[in-house]
Amino acid sequence: MMQHLPILQIIVPLLGAPLAALLRGRDLAWGLALLLTGVAFLISVVLFGQQKIAGEALIYELGGWPAPIGIVYVIDAASALVLPVVSGIAFVATIAARRLVEAEIDARDHALFYAAWLLTIAGMLGQVTTGDAFNIFVFLEISSLSAYALVAMGAGRDRRALPAAFNYLILGTVGATFYVIGLGLLYMLTGTLNLMDLSERLADVESTRAVFTALAFIALGLFLKMALFPLHFWLVPAYAHAPSAVSALMAATATKVSVYVLIRLIFGVFGIEFPGLADAVGLLILTLGIAGAFVGTLAAILETDLKKLFAQSSIAQLGYMAIGIGAMSATGLAAAFIHLFNHALMKGALFLAIGAIAAQAGRASMHTIEGAGRQIPITMTAILVGGLALIGVPLTAGFISKLYLIRALLEQDFWMLAGLTFISSALALAYVWKIIEAAWLKERPEDAPVLTESPVQYVPAWLMVVATIGFGIFSAPLVEAAYAAANVFIGGTR
Amino acid sequence: MSMLAGQWNYFLVIALMMIGFYTVIARGNMVKKMVGLTIFQTSVFMLYISMGKIANGTAPILTDAAQKAYANPLPHVLILTAIVVGVATTAVGYALIIRVYESYGTIEDDELIKIIEAEEDEGADA
Amino acid sequence: MQDDPVIRVVAKVMIPTVMLFALYVQFHGDYGPGGGFQAGVIFAAAFVLNAMIFGLNRGRHVWPANLNLLAVCAGVLLYGLTGVASMLLGENYLDYDVLGATPQAGQHIGILLVEFGVGLTVASVMVALFFTFAGRMTHNRLLDRMEAQDKDAKRGAAKQAPKKRSRT
Repeated sequence: MMQHLPILQIIVPLLGAPLAALLRGRDLAWGLALLLTGVAFLISVVLFGQQKIAGEALIYELGGWPAPIGIVYVIDAASALVLPVVSGIAFVATIAARRLVEAEIDARDHALFYAAWLLTIAGMLGQVTTGDAFNIFVFLEISSLSAYALVAMGAGRDRRALPAAFNYLILGTVGATFYVIGLGLLYMLTGTLNLMDLSERLADVESTRAVFTALAFIALGLFLKMALFPLHFWLVPAYAHAPSAVSALMAATATKVSVYVLIRLIFGVFGIEFPGLADAVGLLILTLGIAGAFVGTLAAILETDLKKLFAQSSIAQLGYMAIGIGAMSATGLAAAFIHLFNHALMKGALFLAIGAIAAQAGRASMHTIEGAGRQIPITMTAILVGGLALIGVPLTAGFISKLYLIRALLEQDFWMLAGLTFISSALALAYVWKIIEAAWLKERPEDAPVLTESPVQYVPAWLMVVATIGFGIFSAPLVEAAYAAANVFIGGTR
Repeated sequence: MSMLAGQWNYFLVIALMMIGFYTVIARGNMVKKMVGLTIFQTSVFMLYISMGKIANGTAPILTDAAQKAYANPLPHVLILTAIVVGVATTAVGYALIIRVYESYGTIEDDELIKIIEAEEDEGADA
Repeated sequence: MQDDPVIRVVAKVMIPTVMLFALYVQFHGDYGPGGGFQAGVIFAAAFVLNAMIFGLNRGRHVWPANLNLLAVCAGVLLYGLTGVASMLLGENYLDYDVLGATPQAGQHIGILLVEFGVGLTVASVMVALFFTFAGRMTHNRLLDRMEAQDKDAKRGAAKQAPKKRSRT
C-alpha cells in the first residue's frame, strides 16, 4: 500500500466528500472529515519521509500509463514540503470547525458544508501533487468552486458573504481561465501537458512570441489566484465574511497553494534560464511584492475588524513570498518556501483564535476585544504571539522567514529592497500594537458581553502557535527542507 | 491577408475573448457579468478545439479503412472537462446571484456597494 | 402547459426515446463517440422535459431530491471505488487491466464502470440544478403572486370558454 500513498493523499478526502454529503445526524459528517483529514495528514508526513529517504522524486503513474502519455503524480522535495502544510492545517482547522460551524451554520447544511470542506482540501492537495499542467487546472477549479460555496455559507450570519463570494467567483474564474489560455498556447507549441516534458520541449521554441504570451497569461492567472497586489481585491471580503472555520482554512492554505503552483510553473516549466525570466519577470514580481507588502500592511493598520485586518496582512505576507520568488535565486526560493510554511501556521493560529471570538460575539472587531486580555487570556495570547510572528520577532517562525528573505535580497545586492522589507515588517508592529492596546490596556466596557473560552476553542489555535514557536527556535529541519525544495527548481538536480 | 485567412479561428477566438472579458469588467449587473464570463470561457473552449483540427482530417475513431489524418482528440477531452467546470461555475454563480437578490433586493454592483457601505457605517457606530 | 394534448402526447413519446438514446450514448461510448458526460446530460433532459410539461411537483415525485443526492454521491463513489478496486488488485489507481480476465476485458469493464459513474453523477447533478433553480423561483413571493394572477386569468378564461361553446 505504501507505493500508493501519492494517490491516496488525494482520494482519501476526495471520496470522503460524497460520503460526508450523505451523512445525517449531528457530528457524523464532522467526525468523518476529522478522520479523513487526519489520515491525509499522516499520509503527507509519511510521504515527506519517503521522499527524503529516496532522495529523488517519487512518481505515481495514474492508471499505469507512463509519463508523457498519462497523468503522473510527482512527490519531489517541493511538493513533499507543501503537502504536510496543507493537510496539517486542514486537520487542525477541522478540529476547531466543530464549534465554529455549530455556531455559525444552519444545522441542515452541516453535511454539505463538510462535503465542500473535504473537496476544497482534496483540490488543494491535488494541485500540489500532480505533475500534469491541465490536471492542476482541474484541481484548482475543484478547490475554488467548493471554496466559493464555503465562503457563501457565511451568509447565515453575515449577508455580505454573498457578494464577496460572487466577486471571488468572478475573479477566481478569470484567473483560472487565463491560466488555461496560457496552457493552450504552450500545448499548441509543444504538444504536451506533462510538466517535465513541457520544460524539456520548451527549449526548442523558447524565444517565440507565443511562449512569452503563454508565460504572461499563466503568470497573470496565478497572480490573481494568489492575490498578489494589485490583483488582491477579492481576498479581503471573501476571508472576512466567510464562516470563521473557512477563513482559517483558506487564509492558511488557499493562496499558499497558488504560490506553490506559480513557483512550479515559472521555475519548473519555464526555468530560470528562460530568456527574460530572471530579469524582467523577476523585477515585476519583486516590485509587486514590495508594493503589496506596504499596501497590505498600511491597510491592515487602518482596519478595525480583526478578520479584515489579518486578511489585509495576508496581502502583505503574500508580497513577501513574491519577493522571495522575485529574487530569482535558490536562497530567495527557499525563503519563499520557508515563509509559505510559517505564514500558513501563523495565519491558521490567528484566524482560529479570532474565529473563536467571532463565533461568540457575532463579530470580532477592535471594539469586541476591548479589555478581553483579562477575560479570555489564553485566546488573546495566541493572537498576540501570532501577531508577533507576523512582524518577525526573534524566537518566532516569522523571524526565520524574514531572515532568509533579507539574506536572499542581500545576496543579490538589493540593499534598498532589503531595507524596504525590513521597514514594512516593522510597520506591522502598528497593527499588533493596536490589538495589544485594545485587549490589555483598555478596560472591558460594562455593557460588553462576557466572553468565555474553553480548551475546545483555544487548543487548535495553540497547536499552531506552538508550532510557530517550535519552528522559530528549531528551524534547522525546515530550512533544510526548504533548500531541498528550492534546489528542485534552481541549481540542484531534479 | 494570408495571415487573416489562414488563422481566422484565432482572430475569432480573441474577438470573443475580449467581448467576454470586457463585459465582465465593465458591467455592473451580476447577470451580465456571468454572461460575459461564460463568453470568455467559451472563447477558450474554441481556442482549444480549433487547434485540434487538421485540414482534411477525420474524426479520431479507429476504423478498418486505411489510416488517414485525424483530428487530435486530446484538446476535445480537455475541453469536455473544462465545459463541465464551466457549467459548475455558472451554476454556482447564478445560485449566488439569486441569493444576493433575495437578500439585498438588487443585483447591481453600485447599489450593492452603497447598501454594504451604509451597513458597515452603522456597524462601526454600534 | 399540461392541458395541451399535443404537448402531452409528444412528451410521452419523446421522454422514453430520449432516455433510450441517452443509454445508447452511454454504453456505446466504448466504441464510438459518446460517454458519461454526454449521456448524463441527455438523460437529465428527459427529467427536465417531464418537469416542464407536467409541473415541478410531478417532476419531483418521479425523482425525489434525496434519491437525487444519493445518485450524485453514488456516481462519484463508483468512479473512485473502481480505482480503489484496481489498487486492491495490485495495480495502480484506475489501472483497469486487472479488473478482467485479460487486460483488454479489464479495460472494458473499467471504462464501463467509470463512465457509468460519470453518467449517473452528471445526470443527477443536472436534474438537481434544474429543480434547485426552478424550485427557488416558486418560493419567490413575487413569482408566487404572478402565478396566482395567471391562475385567476386561466380560471376566468375557463369559465368563459364553455359559454362561448354553448352559444355557437
